[in-house]
Amino acid sequence: MSFALCLLCILLIPLATAGLALMHQGLGRSRSAAHAMVATLCVLAVTSLVFVLFGISVAGSSGSSSYSLVLGGSSWDWIGAGHLADRGIFFQGPDGGLALCFEMFVVAMAGIIPVSTGSDRWRLLTICIASALLAGIAFPLFAHWVWSGGWLAKLGLNFGIGTGFIDAGGSGTIHVLGGLTALSLAWIIGPRRGKYTGDGFPTAIPGHNIVLVLFGCLLALIGWIGLNSAGSMLFYNAAPDAIPRILLNTMLCTSAACLATVVTTRIRYGKPDASLIANGWVSGLVASSAGCAVISPGAAVLIGLVAGAAVMYLVEFLELKLNIDDPGGAISVHAGAGVWGLLAAGIFSSTSGQLLAQIVGIAALLGFMLPLIHGLNLLVNLFVKQRVDADGDRQGMDVRELGAGAYPEFVVHGDEFLPR
Amino acid sequence: MALEGNVKLVGILFLFFGGAIAVAAIALLPSPVERACFIAAGVALELLGLTLLARDYAHDAKNALGPRSSR
Repeated sequence: MSFALCLLCILLIPLATAGLALMHQGLGRSRSAAHAMVATLCVLAVTSLVFVLFGISVAGSSGSSSYSLVLGGSSWDWIGAGHLADRGIFFQGPDGGLALCFEMFVVAMAGIIPVSTGSDRWRLLTICIASALLAGIAFPLFAHWVWSGGWLAKLGLNFGIGTGFIDAGGSGTIHVLGGLTALSLAWIIGPRRGKYTGDGFPTAIPGHNIVLVLFGCLLALIGWIGLNSAGSMLFYNAAPDAIPRILLNTMLCTSAACLATVVTTRIRYGKPDASLIANGWVSGLVASSAGCAVISPGAAVLIGLVAGAAVMYLVEFLELKLNIDDPGGAISVHAGAGVWGLLAAGIFSSTSGQLLAQIVGIAALLGFMLPLIHGLNLLVNLFVKQRVDADGDRQGMDVRELGAGAYPEFVVHGDEFLPR
Repeated sequence: MALEGNVKLVGILFLFFGGAIAVAAIALLPSPVERACFIAAGVALELLGLTLLARDYAHDAKNALGPRSSR
C-alpha cells in the first residue's frame, strides 16, 4: 500500500462531511440553519474525541488483540481489546495510524447523518450525547466486525461464505449505521410542528437554500472518491493501480443515480425536483461505496440507476405511509441506498456465496445494531428529552438554542409571491 | 390492550432474534442450502420486526398530531 496516496485520500474525506453538512443545512428551514451547522461542528468534535479516546479500543485494528468466542467449533471475533486513548495504535506501523485517522473522519460522517433527520427540533445537548454513544459504542463495534478482522470480515475464511462481508467505502459501516440512527431518532422525536395536518396528511416544507444543497453534492463527490479509495487500500489491500477503477465506479454510479432521479421526478411531478436530485446524487455515492473495488463499471451504472430511481419512492413511502418526517431524506439516502449498495456488491461479485455474506452483514446491522442504537436513544430520551419543547418548536432552533438567527437581515415579503 | 402497549418491544425482539437466527445458522449448519434458508428466515423475521416497529411509531405520530394535540 502506498502510504502517501492513502494519506492523500484520507485527507479528502472531510470534504464529504462538509458536503453533507451543507446539504443538511440547505434542506432545513432558515430559522434553524445556524443550529444545523453548529450541530455539525459539535458532532465532529464529540465523535473525534470519543472515538480516539474510547472507541478505538473497541474497534481495534487488523491484527490487534481482540476478544473471541468459540461457537460451533470456530472462533468468533466480537470486540477489540485495544488500549484506551489510542495507546499502542501508532506502534503497529503506519497502517494503524492511517486506519485511526480514516475511522476518526468517517465516524464524524456517520454522526452527522441523523442531524439532517432531526432538523428543526433535535436539541444540541442530546445531539452531542447521541453522537458520543454512536462514536463510542455502535460504530466501533460494527467497524471491528467489518474492518478489523472481526467475525463478518472472516465469514469467508472461517465458514467458506464468499470472501467475507465486503464494505470498502462504508455503505454499511458508515451510512446504514448513520441511517438507522436517523430512523431511531425520527421515531423518538416525531415530526416537525406543521408537517402533518390534523388528519395525518403531510404538507411540503421546502428547504431554504437549494444552491447550498447542490454545491454540497459536488463537495461530497470529491470526498467520496477519497473515502472509497482509502477504504479499499486500508482494509482490502487495493493496489495504487486499482484507484482509477474505484474512481471510475464511484463517478459512474453517482452519474447514473443522478440521471435516474432526474427522469423519475420528471415523470412523477412533471418537472425535475432539485432537492430529490441532490438526494439521488448522494444515494449513488452511498451505493457505490460497498463494492467500488470489486465491481465492473457496467455494474456500477446499474447499481446507480436502481439507487437513484428508488430514492424518490422511498422518501414518499416514509413520509406518506409511515409518518416519518425526514427533512433531508437521510434515512432513504443513507440507510436505503446503503443496504442496496451492500446487496449489489454481492449480486455483482464474481465470487460464489458473496451475496450470502452481504445478507449476513445486513442481518447483523438490522438485528444487532438497530436494537442497540434504538435502546441507547430511548435511554437518553428517558433522562434528557431529545425533542425541543413546544416554544422551541414555534421559535425555531436558532433563536431557541443559539439566541440569534442565521440570517438576521433576511425579511420575507409576502406580496412577492402574489400573482401580478 | 396489554399486547398493544408491547408492540415496539415485540418488534425489537423480532429484530434481535432474526439476527441471532442468521448467526446461529452460520455456526451450526454445515450445508450451504440449509444455511441459506435459515439466514433468509432470520432476515424475514427482522423485516417483520421492523414492520411492527414502523407501524406502531406511525400510529403514535398520527395520535400525537391529531386535532386535539398541543404539538
